[in-house]
Amino acid sequence: MNDISFRVETGQILGFLGPNGAGKTTTMRVLTGYMPPTDGKAIIAGYDVFEQPIEAKRRTGYLPETPPLYPDMTVREYLIFVARIKGIPSGDRMRRVDYAMGRTSVDHMQNRHCGKLSKGYRQRVGLAQAILHDPDVLILDEPTAGLDPKQIIETRELIKELAGDHTIILSTHILPEVAQTCERVVIISKGRVVAEDTPTNLTSRLRGSETIQLQVDSNGVDPTSVLQSLSGVAKINVGGLGQDGRTVEIQAVEGADIRRDIANAVVSSGWGLLEMKPMRLSLEDIFLQLTTEENEGDPASNDAATAVEPDPEVQKTETGVQP
Amino acid sequence: MSNICSIAQKEIRSYFVSPIAYVVIGLFAVLYGYFYVASLTILVRFSAQVGMFGGGGPQAININEFMIRPLLSNSAIILLFFLPFLTARAYAEEKRSGTIELLLTSPLTNTQIILGKFLGAFTLFLAMLSVTTVHMAILFWYGEPELGPILSGYLGLILMGGSFISIGLLVSSTTRNQIVAGVITFSILLLFWVLSWIADSVGPTTSAILSYLSILEHFDDFSKGVIDTAHVSYYLSFIAFALFLTAKSVDTERWRG
Repeated sequence: MNDISFRVETGQILGFLGPNGAGKTTTMRVLTGYMPPTDGKAIIAGYDVFEQPIEAKRRTGYLPETPPLYPDMTVREYLIFVARIKGIPSGDRMRRVDYAMGRTSVDHMQNRHCGKLSKGYRQRVGLAQAILHDPDVLILDEPTAGLDPKQIIETRELIKELAGDHTIILSTHILPEVAQTCERVVIISKGRVVAEDTPTNLTSRLRGSETIQLQVDSNGVDPTSVLQSLSGVAKINVGGLGQDGRTVEIQAVEGADIRRDIANAVVSSGWGLLEMKPMRLSLEDIFLQLTTEENEGDPASNDAATAVEPDPEVQKTETGVQP
Repeated sequence: MSNICSIAQKEIRSYFVSPIAYVVIGLFAVLYGYFYVASLTILVRFSAQVGMFGGGGPQAININEFMIRPLLSNSAIILLFFLPFLTARAYAEEKRSGTIELLLTSPLTNTQIILGKFLGAFTLFLAMLSVTTVHMAILFWYGEPELGPILSGYLGLILMGGSFISIGLLVSSTTRNQIVAGVITFSILLLFWVLSWIADSVGPTTSAILSYLSILEHFDDFSKGVIDTAHVSYYLSFIAFALFLTAKSVDTERWRG
């Protein structure tokens, strides 16, 4: 991990995006006080994680990559134990445990042993554990990893709901997840921040030039010349004649939306437009782009003004304190 | 303090939920029972012989010297075998399952976690030892042993058990494999146990150091009924030092990630 510096405002959801081994988990471990940094500092809700660890930890909820459950405890016993070590006063414990179980919908599993829970429920109990002491900051390490699609959607909804009460930092390697849940994204690669922005800005910036794939039935005519003449077309790539007409890939110039023009051109030529779909950039492409950008000596400085600061600090600041 | 108790309770609970507590206490009771019967048989035969030759009747020999003292030494050996497996999981299991992340990111200090774990294992050890009070009570019922040496012997056992547990925690904190932790702990304890064996054949300074470090040498006086503060402070500083090293070891592990 190298020179990672960012701050999150109260109530925001910050997504931490990066391929496996990029340093996401390490960053989160530093933030939660599990690992000490060699240099720099982390500040949670105004408390330095290494100067005042107890105060900072009181205000942090953490869900590690594998939920830290004790297999021989029931869900309720486990949450009561966590409530005790999180320092929730005894009078409040049961209420908080019930609240956390209700919020993560695990109440009907409360007498089941943690070791016998399915992956989805383990994750939820892990989440219940993290929100138990009503922390200001929630740090979730790949909260949807290993879940089935339905559980993933439920977990994302839950995280969005929780954002009202807590500041959330979550890590993931799934791009759509970030687009759906987060208000801000920090992309890291090889231990460095390569971009920091809102998901919309980031995707539009990364998309740059959009590529559109068409399936055209052009009655045997080569569609290249017609499509080439449209404004905004940068590159065109026509495939062979197949059963369903031709496959054409059109790359637009940066920032142009040429879908309407293409459709018009095809229809007015009397051809059949069988299919049209934008080709989304995969995460691999984005990382490729980001790393190339970096090599060109322009480390994502565009609109993310505070993405990379020169001082070697891992900084996480909370401006607002407790409700 | 309440944090220490929470951890200790969790530890004790996990001993009793898993078969560990039952296996350890049960087999300890079996082995101790066997040693008890064996030394009682020897005592009876011996007193009969004394009665035949000396003529003072079967009650003439000292039950403390001939039965209780060897019995306590034998219990110490059983502890040497058993306690490493009690503490092996303490840290190793938390590290393997990732629950150590929960403990280390909760508002607890390292010391609280260590003391909690120590207290948990120590409580189970006391429960184990309490089995033997039944046997002692039977001796009091039928004979007239001296109470003093028995109490001092128990104090010795408790202090020695504490040192075994603290070494066990230290070793467990360095690995995520319970078997490795158990075997290493056992080897270290055995080495400390026999350290004084070569004391006679080395130079006077080395000899003094070796005998001082030997766990067994310090136990001897307790079983004779002597409570020497030097021995008490040996065991207490042994425990404190091992727990201190455990704290350092947990910290180092965090650096490694």
